[in-house]
Amino acid sequence: MTLTAPIPNPLQRWPGFAVPPALEAEIDEVISHYPQKRSASLMVLHALQEHFGWISQEAVEWTARKLELQPINIYELVTFYPMFRAAPMGKYQIKICRTLSCALGGSHALHRHFCERLGLDPKKHGPQTTPDGRFTVEFVECLAGCGTAPVMMLNDDFYEAVTPAKADELLANCR
Amino acid sequence: MPSEHRLILKHVDQPGYTPDIQCYLRHGGYETLRKALALQPKTLPDGRVVSPQEQLREEVMKSGLRGRGGAGFSCGLKWSFVDRRSGKPIYLICNADESEPGTFKDKQILYKDPHQLLEGMILASYANDVHLAYIYIRGEFVEGAKILNRAIAEARANNFLGKNILGSGYDLEIYVHRGAGAYICGEETGLIESLEGKRPYPRIKPPYFPAVLGLYMCPTIVNNVETLAAVKHVIAMGGAEYAKLGTPNNTGTRIVCLSGHVRRPGYYEIEVGKVTLRELIFDPAFGGGLPDGRQLKAVIPGGASAKVFRAGERIRLKRRGPDGRETEQELDMLDLPYDFDTLVAAGSMSGSGAIIVLDDSTDIVAALANLSDFFAHESCGQCTPCREGTLWMAKALHRLTHGQGRAEDADYLLHIADNIPGGRTICAFGEACSWPVQSFVRKFKDEFIARGAAVAAKQTTPLAENEVAAAPRPQTATPPLAAAH
Repeated sequence: MTLTAPIPNPLQRWPGFAVPPALEAEIDEVISHYPQKRSASLMVLHALQEHFGWISQEAVEWTARKLELQPINIYELVTFYPMFRAAPMGKYQIKICRTLSCALGGSHALHRHFCERLGLDPKKHGPQTTPDGRFTVEFVECLAGCGTAPVMMLNDDFYEAVTPAKADELLANCR
Repeated sequence: MPSEHRLILKHVDQPGYTPDIQCYLRHGGYETLRKALALQPKTLPDGRVVSPQEQLREEVMKSGLRGRGGAGFSCGLKWSFVDRRSGKPIYLICNADESEPGTFKDKQILYKDPHQLLEGMILASYANDVHLAYIYIRGEFVEGAKILNRAIAEARANNFLGKNILGSGYDLEIYVHRGAGAYICGEETGLIESLEGKRPYPRIKPPYFPAVLGLYMCPTIVNNVETLAAVKHVIAMGGAEYAKLGTPNNTGTRIVCLSGHVRRPGYYEIEVGKVTLRELIFDPAFGGGLPDGRQLKAVIPGGASAKVFRAGERIRLKRRGPDGRETEQELDMLDLPYDFDTLVAAGSMSGSGAIIVLDDSTDIVAALANLSDFFAHESCGQCTPCREGTLWMAKALHRLTHGQGRAEDADYLLHIADNIPGGRTICAFGEACSWPVQSFVRKFKDEFIARGAAVAAKQTTPLAENEVAAAPRPQTATPPLAAAH
């Protein structure tokens, strides 16, 4: 059997992708922390994702060039590590802990609450983004806050013992 | 009366205690480092000269300190395995990838007392001739990474890091490396792969023992955050003095995380083995008991991977009394002292020190389904038994909790769980994903069978007309690939 169609590439394009000099300088500094450039790959991807919001095909190729690697060496990281996004996500990303202690503490009700408030399907797997691109809601695994269940993250910030009222307050502040 | 013994968390949570270096210095910070760097070579009566580094390692060995990350391996012994003759650099990595469900102790140190960790790391690095060390912190601790970077900059500005530390001639750099949401990075060889910029596929041992072939195939020490913080106290107090805390072979203090159905969930630092599970769960100084009107159903004593104890479970144990004589005792599981050895002897483990309490309102099948979903998500996929097995178990449990189970699912789950661990996988994740299934299903088998049987009975009438459902099931265990997910 011969392959007639190319293997589909799940990465998306970012036309006109360019890394600003300040960001590149920051990345160069990070690379200097390691005896081998390849070690910096996760940190470079974090820096790019922080700036661009998600990892595009161009970002993968740029990182590979920067670290003197093949694009597959970077692509396989984007597909493995859950924190890396291969597609645009909401401006406000809500990650709710799904694992046991938080589940006992009401994380499913919290997840449902967010989904209902934002018109998303609480039964659907994986991250879901509102049509206006403002909110992404997803369940994630243990966030190491089990003593104050349920815990969640809103972008980079942790919130503990989140009640529906607190959830509404958080949403109200995302304006 | 059982009580906390705060050593590592001594200042944490005190009003006015902040994570900056000025506060740490006001509380005697970096004094231990200062003394350690001033140590002189010692000449023994037989003429052998013991270097300051060897003296420090000797203290850690004497302290009996065991790793606080999960395996409970002797820290001194781990250090002693380091290949010091290879001529290659030796690396130290602090494992701050805290992600065992139920565990949130390292976060307290990282966020609230980062300099204590740094001092422990600098001491450990000096003792092991390390000049480059990393803190591998889980990606979600974004703020934690910033706090650490600030602390490292402060330490460097005060010459506790960098070149010629405090005039001793010793150089050390510490860098923060962020993970990106994968539990398997907590496995030390997976962590090393991740730090090399790859997928965190654990390495096979032998030959890849980190002490010999670790980061960049150089000798490497990987220690947990709490272990390294404890090293600071071992050196400050002296190994022999530290070993007086806790119980024999289970020395020092450790931070226990309580979560689930207790009134006062949280982190409590105790002397290892001086407090029982019952005290941790019910004493007002700790968990304060269960919510009103609830009865205990089960306890997971050491994070998601630890085997569960059923309430009322009797444990037969060989214990050595104060007179040194070994006697066999039968104990309620709640009366087990919280330490490393007793919980292992009782068939479980204290793991990362995370106790999850389940009361009688808990749907035990759903609780296991939750944990199995975690392991199915987090298996790195390198070894077939683990990659496939975790998914099959999760699907069978999903089926049971979604009204599509069958009475034989209990045995089916055990059949899978019994065939993953025991040397069939590269790393201990194979054990970690199987132990909860083996213990939950064996100890609550009636509930698993009843759940499947109830569904089967309900389905008999409508499904009898359905040709596919009425067909006899195959005798061999087939993966429930068709299960709704």
